[in-house]
Amino acid sequence: MTSNILSAGDISRAINRIAHEILEKNKGAEDLILVGIVTRGAVLSQRLQSKISEIENIQAAHGILDITLYRDDLATGKKAPEVKQTRIPYNIDGKVIVLCDDVLFTGRTIRAAIDALMDFGRPAAVQLAVLVDRGHRELPIRPDYVGKNIPTSRQMRVQVHLSETDGEDSVTVVESEK
Amino acid sequence: MPLAIKHLLGTEGLSRKAIETILDTALSFKEISTRPIKKVPTLRGKTVINLFFEASTRTRTSFEIAGKRLSADVINITGSTSSVVKGENLIDTARNLEAMNPDILVVRHSASGAPWLLKEFVDCPIINAGDGAHEHPTQALLDLLTLRVHKKTLDGLSVAIVGDIAHSRVARSNIHAMKTLGMNVTVVGPRPMIPVGIEALGVNVEHDLDKGIRDVDVIMMLRVQFERQGAFLIPSVREYSNLYGLTQKRLARARPDVLVLHPGPVNRGIEIALDVMNGPRSVILEQVNHGVAVRMAVMYLLMGGGDEGIN
Repeated sequence: MTSNILSAGDISRAINRIAHEILEKNKGAEDLILVGIVTRGAVLSQRLQSKISEIENIQAAHGILDITLYRDDLATGKKAPEVKQTRIPYNIDGKVIVLCDDVLFTGRTIRAAIDALMDFGRPAAVQLAVLVDRGHRELPIRPDYVGKNIPTSRQMRVQVHLSETDGEDSVTVVESEK
Repeated sequence: MPLAIKHLLGTEGLSRKAIETILDTALSFKEISTRPIKKVPTLRGKTVINLFFEASTRTRTSFEIAGKRLSADVINITGSTSSVVKGENLIDTARNLEAMNPDILVVRHSASGAPWLLKEFVDCPIINAGDGAHEHPTQALLDLLTLRVHKKTLDGLSVAIVGDIAHSRVARSNIHAMKTLGMNVTVVGPRPMIPVGIEALGVNVEHDLDKGIRDVDVIMMLRVQFERQGAFLIPSVREYSNLYGLTQKRLARARPDVLVLHPGPVNRGIEIALDVMNGPRSVILEQVNHGVAVRMAVMYLLMGGGDEGIN
């Protein structure tokens, strides 16, 4: 069973709000670096970047981060996905990093991303923006900016589609058939 | 996790998809070596043993650095410091090392086929770092990565491999991989250095250097291997250098965008002139740089990384 949670309009409004919240909380975008987690987090971070430039007419710094090499499940024999490019062409020391991802679930991806960031330097702060928070955290991690909270069971799958990668904007929840 | 290949022994028989997976992964790994902290935790707790029975600067260091940048523990054993000097044979050495539970064994040996022999006796994945005059797969892969960085596509690219083809594991591994990727390969050298029947691998043979390099995209120079049979195959070093040495004058007649590769170590002024080696068409040091990324990729994929590993 599939149900639509967010439409294209909902997603656009959520990103709009998050962009405003980021600017409000950080009093601008001067020392900000938006870092998107490959693949859809990177798309979200780009959209946030252009939204922020619309609002404040400032080009926030932007990077992408592939966390594959920081995963904790390579040794467990699970398949690790293909390694993609990481590109953070800035000195991140003293900057505020806003990590962006599509879905926040167990928190393990974010743990890996924070570890990866620390290898690039010592940011002043790391904040987290996600389009969907579906709960079931396994680590003490919480988001600073949330598009929508969606209560789910562990069996459900949350699918985020973004036009840059999937041809359309939507968030759906799929109940696994058991 | 079911890996289609467990070891990386050679490029012969390696599929196009496997080669492309390794090259794609290596491209992503290049960035790690440019970070202030050149290390990721991916292979933390894994042990890599470099077992080198032949002299090496580049390859051994490259494997060691690759392992360390992935946070593996890397142990180096060279022939002269191992119990081989006390008479222990290769199989016993490998079995004893395996008893200490390494996760990857990197082997270089002067006997062709040595890693194939070892895989019958040990369980852990083996990476061939050069076996006699047979194969040197990671060298071919780093050469291909270098070409990938400079050329849009490898398909249809034409390459001249110049020198002692008969005794070159670099040539052999490159020929197999390049043919798999649809490249045109010409081998160039004096008759004693060109194996009889090499056309069967799908390569062209040319004995005249100027003709061989005239219209190619890539010139790969090979080292005259004085420590092997090299010196016996040619009347004199000077004659070889005159006929087959790549000089600026000769290079000027090749395509302006030609790339010059050499696997190293270089016999300066013999197979390649100093000004060519250090000139703008040379990508020799890039090859070395790419060696680290390729070896990181191979270790990562053999350890279960990648969507489908190497297959």
